[in-house]
Amino acid sequence: MLYIKCPYCGLRAQKEFSYGGDATVKRPNINEEVSSEDWDNFVYMRKSPRGKHIELWQHIAGCRQWIKVQRDTATHEIFQTAKVTEEIR
Amino acid sequence: MSQPFRLNKEGLINRNKKISFTFNGKKLFGYEGDTIASALIANGIHLVGRSFKYHRPRGFFGAGVEEPNAKLQVEFNGHSEPNVNATEMELVEGLSATSQNCWPSVNFDVGAINNFLKMFFPAGFYYKTFMWPKSFWYKIYEPFIRKAAGLGVASIEKDKERYEHKFEYCDLLVTGSGPSGLASAYAAAKNGAKVILAEDKPRFGGTLLTDDVSIDNLSGKDWAEKIITELKSMPNVTVKNRSQVFGYYDHNMLVMFERVSDHLEKKSKFTPRQRLWYIRAKETILSTGSIERPIVFGNNDTPGIFLSAAAKEYMKVYGVLVGKKPLIFTNNDSAYETALEFKKNNVEPIILDTREEHSSELIDEAKSKGIDIRFSHGVIVANGYKKVKSAKIGKLNKDKNSFEKIETVDCDCICVSGFWTPSVHLASQSGNKLKYEEKIDAFIPDKKKQHETSVGAANGSFTLEESLKHGFENGSNLSAKITETKTEISIPNVNEKKYGAHDKFWCMPLPKNENPKRFVDFQNDVSVSDIEIALREGYRSIEHVKRYTTLGMATDQGRTSNLNGLQLVSNIENKIVPEVGHTTFRPPFTPITIGTIVGREVGMEYMPTRKTPMHEWHEKNNAVFVDAGAWKRPRYYKEGNETLFEASKREAKNVRENVGICDVTTLGKIDIKGPDAAEFLNRVYTNAWMKLPIGKARYGLMLREDGIVMDDGTTTRISENHYHMTTTTAQAANVLSHLEYYLQIVWPELNVNVVSTTEQWAGAAIAGPKSRDMLSKLYPDLDVSNEALPFMGYKEAEFFGVPSRIFRISFSGELAYEINVKSDHGMFMWEKMMEVGKEFGNQPYGTEALSTLRIEMGHVAGPELDGRTIPSDVSLNGLVSKKKDFIGKNSLGREAFNVESRQKIVGLIPIDRKSSIPEGSHIVQDQNAKLPNPKLGHVSSSCWSVENNNPFSLAIMKDGKNMIGKKFFAVSPLKNKSIEVEVISSHYVDPEGKRVRS
Ligand SMILES: [Zn+2]
Repeated sequence: MLYIKCPYCGLRAQKEFSYGGDATVKRPNINEEVSSEDWDNFVYMRKSPRGKHIELWQHIAGCRQWIKVQRDTATHEIFQTAKVTEEIR
Repeated sequence: MSQPFRLNKEGLINRNKKISFTFNGKKLFGYEGDTIASALIANGIHLVGRSFKYHRPRGFFGAGVEEPNAKLQVEFNGHSEPNVNATEMELVEGLSATSQNCWPSVNFDVGAINNFLKMFFPAGFYYKTFMWPKSFWYKIYEPFIRKAAGLGVASIEKDKERYEHKFEYCDLLVTGSGPSGLASAYAAAKNGAKVILAEDKPRFGGTLLTDDVSIDNLSGKDWAEKIITELKSMPNVTVKNRSQVFGYYDHNMLVMFERVSDHLEKKSKFTPRQRLWYIRAKETILSTGSIERPIVFGNNDTPGIFLSAAAKEYMKVYGVLVGKKPLIFTNNDSAYETALEFKKNNVEPIILDTREEHSSELIDEAKSKGIDIRFSHGVIVANGYKKVKSAKIGKLNKDKNSFEKIETVDCDCICVSGFWTPSVHLASQSGNKLKYEEKIDAFIPDKKKQHETSVGAANGSFTLEESLKHGFENGSNLSAKITETKTEISIPNVNEKKYGAHDKFWCMPLPKNENPKRFVDFQNDVSVSDIEIALREGYRSIEHVKRYTTLGMATDQGRTSNLNGLQLVSNIENKIVPEVGHTTFRPPFTPITIGTIVGREVGMEYMPTRKTPMHEWHEKNNAVFVDAGAWKRPRYYKEGNETLFEASKREAKNVRENVGICDVTTLGKIDIKGPDAAEFLNRVYTNAWMKLPIGKARYGLMLREDGIVMDDGTTTRISENHYHMTTTTAQAANVLSHLEYYLQIVWPELNVNVVSTTEQWAGAAIAGPKSRDMLSKLYPDLDVSNEALPFMGYKEAEFFGVPSRIFRISFSGELAYEINVKSDHGMFMWEKMMEVGKEFGNQPYGTEALSTLRIEMGHVAGPELDGRTIPSDVSLNGLVSKKKDFIGKNSLGREAFNVESRQKIVGLIPIDRKSSIPEGSHIVQDQNAKLPNPKLGHVSSSCWSVENNNPFSLAIMKDGKNMIGKKFFAVSPLKNKSIEVEVISSHYVDPEGKRVRS
């Protein structure tokens, strides 16, 4: 039961959020040519790191904003959360 | 009615209130404040159960959570509960307890034959024996094991009790109200912190209730009472007894199990039985104390053998003697306190101390009171089957592995103490890697992983002075960081007895040619020889030894067995304990009821119920409902004795012939606004959206990025920058999240807002050839002609004075409309429609008829859009634009999506035109082929075509339309049916779509 700090609402229980996968994946631009390899990488290929991972969560039972969460996948420690428009380094 | 083992004065029980109860049918009584265990012992009853594997007679061993044996089936307050710990359950009037795991009775148990056949039950017995032959498992082995090895019996009655969940936040959670816990809570409370103090037992104070100590000239018990009284008076403190913190989860979330009313004779209607607390604590003090560990010896599981501290607790808290001729078997000083307590109550104990003769404050006191102390002595084997009668004791040689002298002494109980094991379960659960503390031969918490601090005995400090000091200091420092207030507290003066060093002695050797059972784990019947066998057979990792022997795997989590098990493994392996390591502790620390975990989420409260504004009308008109997610939708409206099949056929037929109305409120509705709304829709949907005129609707298809169809529905342009999107009932929430994802993350530059309006609108579909006639009566002032309101047209108009939206869209394939009004007007709209529709033969129709209508038209829905199909699989490639980009477009070019043989949608009819084809049937060429029979596809949706009066199904099938005209078998092993079918077009009715445009 994680305790996630929504950048808009503050600390909230995990059950208010839904998980949205790797936040570092960037969708190829719309209306632009993309190679099959780049597209396949975007659609299918995900790293599954042990340790720090920047991921998306949506505050579905709250403000409905998608947010970034930097979490340790092994210990669940959360180092930082941010709006999707902000950088996590 | 005398209680032979009850002392006259001692104890904290209420002697003014007698409580009657029964044990195995026998009428007994105890006092208010007794546990089942203390009341039974007071009555001289020790044999309470039979062991798990060998059905050996078992009695009480502990006085609290550490109890491995005394698990009873208990009936009270009208329900029956298995595996109740007799040492924890408080006595209530009328309670009835029975022994478990014995047949026909605890005194004569047929299963005890296992004890004499013990060569059949070595370590890994189940793995070895029941492997072969395989066919024996279900018929012979499993029923036998279930009968023989079962513990209690779960009730099959509905649980009528009330259980609650509570969410709480605090600065400091203190788990345990012994000296260090009380000190921590007190110091933190004085700093203004929000404190929760949890105590598992009914009485606060922990060891202060039983130890002979004084604090600031008060007895331990009185000091505890003083502190608790003050804490209870403080508004920032919550004090809870009968509350076990059993789990330590991520981000300092702890879960506590509160026994609210099991001990009450009467309670109010809304008092829950038990309550589960989810506590998010900024800091946690783990003051969980320690548990005495036994010394291993022969037949050490005989009833009448107790932990020494438990024997003391029975005297001091319950005024009960566990025996009148006690042997005290110890390797340390703490058991001397038990001996002194016996002596105080005029019982003469004999102390067997494994240490050589020496002196300490307690030993000297015992000597001065004339207690018989025998140094270098220990119990070799206990004699007696259902109760200890005597013990063979031995004087150990210097090597402590052989005997100088062996003799037998009479006794009626043996109180054993092998020193103390800190309760580190919660610390371990929090992620703390434990470390081995040589000084106490046990593990204590190491570096913090979360915000947890262990104090007192839980941290390996066994003196009162140290426990209090650590408690006050940590409570004060941890809370001061949060409240930024620091109140000075003077640490009280303490008077306690000084203990000498303990002996690192944990297992009594056996004389030659003697081989009694020596148990390490009582609850799971794991003996020394079982562990020896496991090691001999090559098991090395302690985790493997644990699973193979089941050591420490019972509900007591090996509280009294873990360390002795580790000692044994390390002795045999010639390793030291820290090298062997320890097994993982997992929640819950003590068993909790399933009812508490479930809480109030039962029956109607299991999940929310969504009802449309017209729900009451449906109910009154004999609707039979079906669950669609949380929604209740009418499946059909029953007339007379109609079956589902008859009713849905009637309703669907009436739509094809006259007109019907259907409650479509549950469809997902999303309002889309903003100057870039058209561009956004153009990217979300596969078809073109830039040129949709105001006042027009369009059917749209959306994909996931991998090209799979996600959802379909119509979207209407209400005004320049305002669109109304509909989704399927099932996908409504996913589609909204999907849109938000793209707007917030991928294309934040698009100026568009989306919001769910599903709950804002009530919707009704009017479908059938007479729907326009009906509509013109509903809107007498509106031109509803085909020219004025064509297919996919949209109008806003007043519906008998209420604003409404009219969409000319169709799911049934008939001429149809959908009317939306504000939810508050839904019932009004529906009743008006029923009234006005009478002359056109209007009837309401439910989801079953709705399915029939769409299936025979070949319209796809959930069963076809099952997360595996792309647009061309379901004949929707006409909606896929070649000119523009959209979500998932790049994936559609993938090779596997474009092979000719790909499974695609077709229609199926049975050759006999009579047999319904079960949904989920496999399509095969030869129904008699050898397995695995090559599968060519599956039946996704089935109906009785009302248009053609025969069964019709949609299927997703290899080679799709190329198969039209061919014959196959639809095989359903589940329904045990095989039906010969012919492949036809999926558009069975009106393939040109003339009706919707008429
Ligand atoms: Zn939020």
